[in-house]
Amino acid sequence: MSELAEKKEIIRQLKEKILSMEGFGTGSDGLLLDFGLGPMNAAFPGGAFPVGAIHEFISPTETCAAAANGFLAGLLSTLMKKGGVCLWVSSGRKLFAPGLRFFGVEPHRVIFIDVKREKEALWVMEQGLKCNSLAAVVAELRDISFAESRRLQLAVETSKVTGFLHRQGSRMENTLACVSRWKIRPLSSQTGKLPGVGFPCLEVELVKIRNGRPGIWQFEWKNGTFRVVADRNKIAVKPPVPQKQRHYA
Amino acid sequence: MPRRYLYTWFRYLATDRLAKIRPELRGKPFLLSAPEHGRMVVRASSQSLIKDGISPGMVVADVRAILPSVEVFPADLASEEKLLGALAEWSIRYAPIVATDSPDGLILDISGCPHLWGGEHPYLQSITALFRKGGYDVRTAIADTVGTAWALAHYGKNEMIIESGRQAEALFPLPPAALRLDSSTLQRMEKLGFRQIGQFIDIPRLNLRRRFGEAMLIRLEQALGAMPEPLKPVQPAPVYLERLPCLEPIRTATGIEIAMKRLLESLCERFFNEGKGMRTGIFKGYRIDGETVQVSIGTNRASRNAAHLFKLFELKIPEIEPALGIELFTLEATLVEEVSETQEALWSTANRDQAAISELVDNIAGKVGIKAIHRYLPLEHHWPESSVKEVSSLEEQPETEWRTDRQRPIHLLPEPEPIEVMVVLPDYPPMHFRYKSEVIRIVRADGPERIEQEWWLQSGPPRDYYRVEDESGARYWLFRLGLYSNRKPQWFLHGFFA
Repeated sequence: MSELAEKKEIIRQLKEKILSMEGFGTGSDGLLLDFGLGPMNAAFPGGAFPVGAIHEFISPTETCAAAANGFLAGLLSTLMKKGGVCLWVSSGRKLFAPGLRFFGVEPHRVIFIDVKREKEALWVMEQGLKCNSLAAVVAELRDISFAESRRLQLAVETSKVTGFLHRQGSRMENTLACVSRWKIRPLSSQTGKLPGVGFPCLEVELVKIRNGRPGIWQFEWKNGTFRVVADRNKIAVKPPVPQKQRHYA
Repeated sequence: MPRRYLYTWFRYLATDRLAKIRPELRGKPFLLSAPEHGRMVVRASSQSLIKDGISPGMVVADVRAILPSVEVFPADLASEEKLLGALAEWSIRYAPIVATDSPDGLILDISGCPHLWGGEHPYLQSITALFRKGGYDVRTAIADTVGTAWALAHYGKNEMIIESGRQAEALFPLPPAALRLDSSTLQRMEKLGFRQIGQFIDIPRLNLRRRFGEAMLIRLEQALGAMPEPLKPVQPAPVYLERLPCLEPIRTATGIEIAMKRLLESLCERFFNEGKGMRTGIFKGYRIDGETVQVSIGTNRASRNAAHLFKLFELKIPEIEPALGIELFTLEATLVEEVSETQEALWSTANRDQAAISELVDNIAGKVGIKAIHRYLPLEHHWPESSVKEVSSLEEQPETEWRTDRQRPIHLLPEPEPIEVMVVLPDYPPMHFRYKSEVIRIVRADGPERIEQEWWLQSGPPRDYYRVEDESGARYWLFRLGLYSNRKPQWFLHGFFA
């Protein structure tokens, strides 16, 4: 019996080692953060949202972009809980700073860099990702090439800063050296029979995740945290991919 | 060897200053006024007005009665003081010890200097001519003592030079006011019929003291040179400049880098010793063809980290054109500030992090420009566009809390975009609206949240905001400008909610 436990322990350690070699791991402070994503954690390698990596968000429309920025702000609130500053790089920014407060981010702790060209945005993002004093770096851009994304990934691997690439209206969904690809869509809010607009509801689609299981989840931002939308007649559009068909991005 | 002093009296310092700033005033009658006992009193008047008998101390209303066309400006004493200091610093080129004599004079200790200009005459002429050329009406005098020089500048002929040891003779014909006495002593002298210094200069000191007090004797002795008069010399601002001459002209980027590193190291060492840091710096290269090339940087926080400053300069190295070669490099810190070790806590991050972030921001500012960097603090305004304040400093903390009672959109359009709506009843949210040639049907809505114009800032109709959700779940922020009672109001889309 003890032998079995020992073997399990060895396997667990080996798995952790492989994950850390692949660029997954804990953040710069070595602690696991709980993003409140609940059942979604099972989809991530190691059972936790990968920090110290780059995540890609794709938004085809303006309303999707707003939903994705809301979801991003929710993630940032956890990343910035222990203090720290976030860099928000963008060319053509629409983000309204006071709107971040609703998602638990103090807007004065975000430094906005509004650049004119996308190349500059990438340069600023790379510089930001190299600086391990930042809590996170968000970049809003349209297009990025694989080679450019690899540079960002290399910067992240040494500094352990979490980066978010938010691509809005991009011409093609090319493969990037990012750990994941997300698509966020707004969902109609759950108000039951009450009038008015309820809490923001989002459909979170994890299109790609390295060493994880892609799928679709529905979340509601309520009282400063994400909650799974439970009783909903419209269930996930696509069933989660079975475990055997692991997706390697 | 006796000491020699030069006194420069700026007769119209305040008005000359204004005429320099506003050349159209030159030669015109105008005056500067300041409040005193609840009325406006003339502080300084231009040259032409003084000839008309309008002198400082008169009430502005009286002057207006005499000369209705006169222009009046507020006096700026602090700037005049600053100007005098700057003139004193400039005068250091003529003598090492320069002191200001408030409000409108400069004292130069010129002992051992005039021979460099070929004697006292050319020296005095040179300095007077340069001040005149600069637009200042000056009167100057050279004497053995400050007191005599002052007396001659104010009451003697212009550009007088009194030979060494002949102060008493020079003072003989001057009025007692030339001794810098207070008004009560002067009045007493007037009463006693002393019109010239010569009338009482030989009276025994004991009698003079009994009648006029100790202060008058001190002034007299100082003017004659029997008593020393201490000066408080102007300290020029220290220059943070490092030079690096090269044996061979430098033509490569590597060479420039090495020169830059060396200069930065020596400058930063000096900063460390003095507890200071650089805010702006200029790196100059003097080329052998006589041209100079230069690059400059600025930092968000005073820095003395050579590696960080080098990083900022490094981005600009490609702008330096060495051409045939650079033979001398200089690095000057044009703006230097104290570096306080205990800076206020910036966003509750560790101190090391603060430095790293401000260095990162400097780095970004160097590449994409300081205007690209924004930070926002809350302002207590309901009007969405004016509810945030842009700040440039990284340290500034919000004075008020961010509001959470009203939800604000995550995306705000830079300008509200007009939309076409269908509304069932006034004060009801729209049924559907058309945005970018797309009809959006509204399923749920919240509102209205009425935001009035802040009458002390701007005027206009109020906005009624609605938070609406369409069939697909997208959430919008719409508003109606104006009320239905007056005329047909307009509808706008202003933002998107997550």
